[in-house]
Amino acid sequence: MIRVRLPAHLRTLAQVTGEIHLDVAEPVTIGRVLDALEHRRPVLRGSIREHGTQRRRPLVRYFAGERDVSHEPPDTPLPASVAAGVEPFLVVGAIAGG
Amino acid sequence: MSGVRVLVGTRKGAFILTSDGRREQWGIAGPLFGGWEIYHVQGSPADPDRLWAAQSTGWFGQLIQRSHDGGASWEPVGNEFRYDGMPGTHQWYDGTPHPWEFARVWHLAPALDDPETLYAGVEDAGLFRSVDGGLTWHELPGLRGHGSGSSWQPGAGGMCLHTILVDPTDAARMVVAISAAGVFRSEDGGESWHAANRGLQSEGYIPDPDAEVGHCVHKLAVHPERPDVLFMQKHWDVMRSDDGGQSWREVSGNLPSDFGFPIAVHAHEPDTVYVVPITSDAEHYPPDARLRVYRSRTGGGEWEPLTTGLPQSHCYVNVLRDAMAVDALDPCGLYVGTTGGQVYASADAGDSWHPIVRDLPAVLSVEVQTLP
Repeated sequence: MIRVRLPAHLRTLAQVTGEIHLDVAEPVTIGRVLDALEHRRPVLRGSIREHGTQRRRPLVRYFAGERDVSHEPPDTPLPASVAAGVEPFLVVGAIAGG
Repeated sequence: MSGVRVLVGTRKGAFILTSDGRREQWGIAGPLFGGWEIYHVQGSPADPDRLWAAQSTGWFGQLIQRSHDGGASWEPVGNEFRYDGMPGTHQWYDGTPHPWEFARVWHLAPALDDPETLYAGVEDAGLFRSVDGGLTWHELPGLRGHGSGSSWQPGAGGMCLHTILVDPTDAARMVVAISAAGVFRSEDGGESWHAANRGLQSEGYIPDPDAEVGHCVHKLAVHPERPDVLFMQKHWDVMRSDDGGQSWREVSGNLPSDFGFPIAVHAHEPDTVYVVPITSDAEHYPPDARLRVYRSRTGGGEWEPLTTGLPQSHCYVNVLRDAMAVDALDPCGLYVGTTGGQVYASADAGDSWHPIVRDLPAVLSVEVQTLP
């Protein structure tokens, strides 16, 4: 079971209040987690990854196991702690504000 | 008694303002989609309870929200705006080629007679149509592809398609406007297009002042009973066309400044036109720090300031291109939203004004529905 934590705007959009829990087949990769997330909550399509190209939107980042994995290829396996559900996979809006 | 529903898009959400036909007491609902930029909210003329909102952020992209109950509840619909074929390039600010990239929806234009059909004007400039109520969108590529697209350039706000006018007597006749490319006209429902900018003069930002394209047209307005008479607020100059955009003449007349963004036509008087002058392209606030709506009852040329109830000192707000609207009641009502978060209303065709609300986020757009 994979735990995914979304930023506030996307939680509102997805109509969730906390983490989203997903079943993802091994190996657990960034791409597979995002595919499963968008399958569970289709309204998120286009808001994290661009339509068509599936590229990460420029002001979105991914954190896993206390590392920034935003620039890793989609087939990059996530850390064992995330794959085991011990730690969440974080979708993060780039910092904004003062 | 009939009433009005004012649809307000702001930098941080949407608001819906409602009143009966007297337009004295107002209900204020919102924010809807709090924290998101709402460039436009618009209702279907064919089904006034059907609304759409263009919701976006630079972080999470574009959404289109739809309501079937006048804004009480909303559902996200289609948000995939994919240019047809290879998008190619347009001019960047410095004149170099820049790839066409979708940024956001600026303007929504529901069809007059079909609640399932609506158009979307987007940045980078393109025209999209949905025939299923917004679930799916398809570009009308003849506009970008008609030949001049590679020479279009963005204005300060982005290269946006902000005006979509469909002739109420013949839906195949359409006019759109793009900043900074100009006016384009189609006679075949959007399949093919030609530039309609003859008579425009733009010095200082394009090398040829009367070029066929490249003009920074800020907004067009038309009276539905006179679809060939178009009024334009350009970057500088207020213009008029009497032949559907084939040619234009200047009607700035005695305005204190002919720079501005919105323009509107009275609902019952086709020759009564409204603009909101702004000091200059460098100073986006009203001349003399006085917010004045100007009215012409002669189709342009002769203008009178409307000031009663509007701030007449220390006022440095702007009124953006989609932030002025008219209702269809008698007397005609006007609505103006400012970058300072005020929405001013006039229930007497502009003679006097009062604020419906004073402290919203910066207002991006104002539309009004006249309800039975």
